[in-house]
This record gives sequence, C-alpha cells and structure tokens, in this order.
Amino acid sequence: MASYQLKINGNTLTVDVAADTPLLWVLRDHLGLVGTKYGCGIAQCGACTVHVNGTATRACVLPVSAVKTSEITTIEGLSEHGDHPVQQAWDEVDVAQCGYCQAGQIMTAASLLKKNPNPTEEEIANSMHGNICRCGAYHRIREAVLLASKKI
Amino acid sequence: MSTPINKSRRSFLKLSTLTTTGLILGFDWFAKEVSAATITGPVAAGNVSFNSYLSISSEGVITLFSPNPELGQNIMTSFPMIVAEELDADWKKVKVVQAKLNTSDFDRQVTGGSGAVPHSWKLLRNAGATARFMLIEAAAKRWNVPPAECSAENSYVLHTTSGRKLSYGELASEAALIPVPKEVKLKDRKDFKLIGTAVKNVANQQIHTGKALFGLDFYREGMMHAMIQRPKAFGLKIKSVDATAAKAMPGITDVVTFGNNVAIVGKSTWEVMKARKAVKIEYEKDGNLESSIDHDKLFAGLLKEGKAKTERKDGDVDAAFSKAAKIITSEYQCPFLPHSPMEPMNFFAHVRADGIELVGPTQTPASARAATSKLLNVPEDKITLDITRLGGGFGRRLKFDYVTEAAELSSIIKAPVKVTWSKEDDMTGGSYRPAVRYRFEAALDATGKMIGYKLKGVGINSGNPTRQDNFPAGAVDNLLIESVEHASPITTGPWRAPITNFLAFAEQSFLDEVATAAKKDPVQFRLDMFQKAKTAPSGPVKYDVNRMIAVTKLAAEKGRWGKTKGVFQGFSVYFSHRSYVAQVCNVVMEKGVPVVKRITACSDCGQVINVSGARQQVMGGVVDGFGHAMFGKLSFTNGEPEQKNYNSYRLIRMKEIPEIETHFVDNGIDPTGLGEPALPPTGGAVANAIFQATGKRIKNQPFIDDPVFAPKKAKSTMQNQGKVG
Repeated sequence: MASYQLKINGNTLTVDVAADTPLLWVLRDHLGLVGTKYGCGIAQCGACTVHVNGTATRACVLPVSAVKTSEITTIEGLSEHGDHPVQQAWDEVDVAQCGYCQAGQIMTAASLLKKNPNPTEEEIANSMHGNICRCGAYHRIREAVLLASKKI
Repeated sequence: MSTPINKSRRSFLKLSTLTTTGLILGFDWFAKEVSAATITGPVAAGNVSFNSYLSISSEGVITLFSPNPELGQNIMTSFPMIVAEELDADWKKVKVVQAKLNTSDFDRQVTGGSGAVPHSWKLLRNAGATARFMLIEAAAKRWNVPPAECSAENSYVLHTTSGRKLSYGELASEAALIPVPKEVKLKDRKDFKLIGTAVKNVANQQIHTGKALFGLDFYREGMMHAMIQRPKAFGLKIKSVDATAAKAMPGITDVVTFGNNVAIVGKSTWEVMKARKAVKIEYEKDGNLESSIDHDKLFAGLLKEGKAKTERKDGDVDAAFSKAAKIITSEYQCPFLPHSPMEPMNFFAHVRADGIELVGPTQTPASARAATSKLLNVPEDKITLDITRLGGGFGRRLKFDYVTEAAELSSIIKAPVKVTWSKEDDMTGGSYRPAVRYRFEAALDATGKMIGYKLKGVGINSGNPTRQDNFPAGAVDNLLIESVEHASPITTGPWRAPITNFLAFAEQSFLDEVATAAKKDPVQFRLDMFQKAKTAPSGPVKYDVNRMIAVTKLAAEKGRWGKTKGVFQGFSVYFSHRSYVAQVCNVVMEKGVPVVKRITACSDCGQVINVSGARQQVMGGVVDGFGHAMFGKLSFTNGEPEQKNYNSYRLIRMKEIPEIETHFVDNGIDPTGLGEPALPPTGGAVANAIFQATGKRIKNQPFIDDPVFAPKKAKSTMQNQGKVG
C-alpha cells in the first residue's frame, strides 16, 4: 500500500492503495466516482475511458502509480453543469439506450474533438471504433459527435 | 373511445394515500376487490411507500413510478408517456422514478418478451385518464360548473367560457376526494399529443454526467466486495480448494466454498481480483466435457436419426414429396452466443436476521426474490429488492443465478456483499443462446409452387428450436415441423428474440433458395404465399397475414426493391413477439468481397409510443442482428469456452455498421412490442443480398467465417488501446 495524491476533476485527492491498482478501481471503489465504468478490464471496450492530460485513456489498465502528476478528468468533471458540447449533442440526438457505455463514448468523443474539432465521418468512426456499444447505438453516437463538432 | 372498466378492473386505480400537500393515486394492477377511494389518512408528502403509481404534489410536480426494469428498451420514458398522455400532464414537469419490486401494486415487473407496452397499454392509459377525470371533477365542483364544460391541458383544468384555470397541483387534494370512476373515456388516437412523437430518454442528463446508477455502481458503507470462481468448464466440479495464499493477501477477509463456487471476499474489487489468481482449485469430471467439433458431428447424427418430436403436421408431406417435380434440401447452423451486456453480472445482498436486502440489475425481480426466498428459507415479505438501471440484458438477466449466489454468500459471511462478475466470468458463465442446426426440405410442383415443406431443428439445451406456427405454416398444404434436443452440461437461456434470432435467418434464407429454384422474385414469392395463407390456409394461421403483407409491401417500396442499380438486394420478413418487420438489404462488391451498405427496416409494432425510442430499438436490433450474424461465435473445447473477453469474442463496432433506414406502419393497432422483433429478419436479408452479389449462399453463422469474406477476414480486435483519441 502507498499513498497517492491524484489530480482529479480539478481537485487533489489522496488515496491509500496498492501501486498496481488500476485507476478505474481507485475512482470507483475509493473515490466514489462511479460514472467511469468497468466493462472488460483489458482495454477493449472503452467503457472506462477518462482523460489523462486531455487524452482519452483506458482507466482499467492504467496503474495508479503511473498517474503521477497527470490531470485526470472523469465524466463527472467533464463540465460543471453537464453542458459540455458533447453532452449537449448526446441529449439532442437522444443517443443512449442502456447508457452503460455512454460515459466512455462521451469522453472519447470529447478528446477527439479537442484535437480535431472538425472530424470527418471516417475520422469519427476511426476514433470511436474502440468503444463498444452493445445496444448498437453507433449511428446516433456518430451523429452526436458530428453535431458536437458544430457546437465547438 | 370509451373503455368500460369491468368489475375485476374497477379497482385498478385506488386512492391509497392522501398527503397533506397532494394526491397519491395508487395503482392496483391486480385489480383486487377494493371499493372506491379509500383514504388512509394524511401523511407527510414524500413519506409514502412505493406502492403508488402516480402522485401529484401541491406544487404541481407529477411523479410517475416506472415499474419495469430499464435495460435500454426505454421503458422509463415510454410507460410514463402513456400515463401522461391520458392525464394531459405537462411532460416537461413530470418526474419519473424507478419503482422497487412490489408485487402487490404492480404486475409483470419483467423486462422480456417485448411484452411490457402491449401488456400495460390499457392499464397505463386508464391510470392517466382516471386521474384526469377526477381532477376535472374537482375543478368543476369548485367552479360550480358542469364537468363537461371543463377540459384539461398541460397539467391544468380549464373552463374556457369563463377563462378560469386551475393547476393539477392546486386541485390534487380535492381530486383525491372524488370517487374513482367506474369507467373512463380514453382519448381517440387522433388527439394524442405525446404518444407518437419523439421524446428524449428521461435519463439522458443522468447518463451524460455519469450519475445514472447501474447495479455495479451500488456501494454501501461496510459492504464487502466479492468475486466467485466458478468451474472453468461445463462438466467439471470442485475436487479441492487451497486458499491459504489468497487468504493471506492484503484486503482479503475470507475465501469460502459453496456448491461449485469459490468466493473470494475482500475490501476492494482490485484486491479481490488479485487474490483470486492465488486460489488453487482442482476440478474433477462431473459430466461430458463437450467440444464444438463434436457438436457438428452430433448435429449430423441427430438430423439423420435423432428421435424427433412432431411440433406441427399439416396435410401429407410424404405424398407431396413423392410427387414433387423438384426437391430442395438445405441445412443451416448457428453457434452458441453469450449475451455479453456491457455491465457484467453483479448483485448486492445483505442477509440479516430480520430479512434480506437485494439491490441490482435484473430483468425478473419477482422471480429472483422468489428463488432467494426458497434458497434461504426466508419469507418473500421479508425480502426487499431494489431495481437499478441495467447495463444491457439481452435475456441474460432473466436468469437469477447471480442474485441467489450473492444472497447465499451474504448468508455465509454474515455481511453485506456485492458480487462482481468479471467480463470473463460473464462470457464463460453460461446461459447462452443455444447452438442449433436446421434442415429444411421443400417440394415444388412443375409450376414452381411449394407443395411440401419440412423443417427439422436440432439444438443443444434449446427446448423446441422451431416456431412451428410461424410462417410458412398455413401457406403450404403439406408441412411437417420436428424438433430434437440434446441435453448438455453447457447451460443455455433466452437471448434477445429467443430461437427466432437464428431461425429467422435460416428460414428466410431457405425461402430465398426456394424462390430462386422456382425462378420467382423473392418478394412476389412471399406475397403469393401470404395470399395462400389468407385465402386457403392449410391449417391454423397464428400470425396476421394482412399485417405481414402490408409490411412486406412497405419494405419493398421504401427499400426500392428491384429499382436500384449497381447494388444487390436481399429481402426478409419475419413475425416475432407479436410484431412484424420486413427488411431490404443493399450489398455492393468492393475488392471482391460483399459489403453491406444499407438496411431498410419497416416495422409494424402497432401504435408507436415514442418515435425516438422506437427508431432506437429498430436500429439497435438491426445492428445487433447484423453484428452477431457476422461475427458472433462462442466455441468450446472440452467444455471450456474458447472466447473469454472482447479480445477474442468479436462484437460489431462503429466502422462496421451499414446505414439503416427505419419506417413504421401506421395502422392504429394497439402496441405489439418492439424490443426484439427488428433483430430476427436482419441475418436473412443480409445473406440473401450476399447471395445476389456473389452467387454464394451463406448457411452458417458467423458469416465472417464464410469463404466469401476470405479476402477480408481481418484481425477482429483492437490492439494497443491504452491510449486512443
């Protein structure tokens, strides 16, 4: 066990966990930030996507010891009032079915648009391809990313 | 329209509680014999139990309790829409709350069989309309005018001639004193304002901000975390367990064995995950250790010699086949499929001396509670069950093995515990869509008319793998449907559109084979058969032929059947779960391989409640049907699943989706369900289009294993995904 100071959603939080604990479980079990989801545990589905210094990252395979001074943003910290352009677009397009993968989808989309504010449909599909939606809401996810790109 | 509430229904809406600040209208689904309104005495608002369906506070907040589990079928939006429509409630101010399990106040708190809206349509409308009636009566009384002069709109009662209006909140307490009407007038569908429009998911904001709580998100102070090691193969049982090393690991409080389960219990998920690897378990054989390769041989043998059960027999098939000008025989096979919802199985249980608390994602809360009651010998009224949001279900959560094991573990360790399944546990844990093989035979006369039809289905723990009364039953004079089931240690269960999720592909592909052999257009061939079923049925017809014809014609029109250039088209139409869906698939050839470009799906599910939700169900169903037909495969070696996670089990991803167009038949029929019916026809439409494009008939799933995709058979999984974006 070791103590880690983490910068999460603009706050500095201290946790006492084993060095190999994935950030995902630190967020969920130790910090009560359950918006980041466990899906596969092997970086294949994208349900656990968070931002590490602005880049979409799979929290399920990122050991807490590797986070160091990086700025972590989770779905809870993406915007203060739930009105990030991506979140707005997700609502306007009415994307979610079961909703379980959507936090990860939104975080991946937000990271993409930060780096590429005007992606083509193909660029969107390339970036979002790593996020599985078992309900098959892919068409609306793609549409919402396009809509969000017009809002940014 | 006026719907009389008969004697048994008269009491379905009862006044259960009058609050000091508002009205609670209880909803007695079982229609017990309760006389009109009974007031149980004023209580503070917000201090009422969840046995109510609809409440109106004096501030005008209308709270609707949604009884059925929400797993993405959008029931938390569509159910309240139906109540709000008849209530004339201001939708923007309605609050929707998931109800707990309550078998006294709600019936059929189940998500499955595409049955919720068809089942509850009239009950929900009556609930809204009855409350509206009482609110109008209360306003009329206060104004001293005839109720007929009053109307309702956006949570207000209006008296147009005098220009007066009162809000539902202002009227709630007085409305509570109005006797519950014996019958209420329901709206004519032309007056619907909410039903049939596109309404956004009521949980959107929570979902988009990470606040929507699923079962896995449930935490309780002092709760233990647990994972369970189950036998790695079907047909094994525990011989010995050595947990010495695991018990000594940080955060681990206990390792307990019950049945064939070894539970690792600790203070955090990660500590439990790590300790789990240190548990040494020896297994011994407890049944056949089956392999997929053996199943292939088994199917061949059972189709040839297996003792078949006759599911339906019309006419004389032997005579028809003996005089046939042409006989077509074909076989189709599908593998097992895991449900693989995004949220793995999990449940919270706290077994205390005075009762049991259960919290988690389940499609069948009542059955889960009943099973827990039986297992632990605790009366059901001492067990509470809170339904969380479900991160998908697809039928897996109709089973409750993961609920009872959590309860059993809690009873052993005498502590509150959340049991979490890893994705590997989920994928290897059974309850699969059964593997099935079908043999079809058709006898054609000299004119190309199908005079005989035989279907024999063999499945592994499949029950009856046919749907003997579905089309083409009724449309062929001589018909024989038979089934054979093989018992196996590999467990199976319902998987979205049980049986039809594969049967439809096989049947619609085979009918295409017959149409081709008869040199007929596939759509016209089906229309001719429907005509036969309509005018001269060969036996009982248990589907609505007119709806089948209408949806077929609509799909042919919207999909521009036979009118597109440079694309190859396939057609499919299927009746399942009371609804009708026809699809046209467009395929083009790119670099020598077929590429699915577009699927046009036309659905007749009766009255559409929420246009946005309905389109989602159809698009999701088509993506699900296409994705699993293309890629889905769970295979076994010596009873052990070969695919354990998304790196080896391939699910469809964004780059692989075709364009999907959705249309709905508007026929005013009461809703007939939409959670499943769009899935079954997809595989057939796709395979039929691929046949047009390549001349090759795909007969087995997954399609990607077929030689037509050989040049394209790419590595299926995502690599190096630590960082993306």
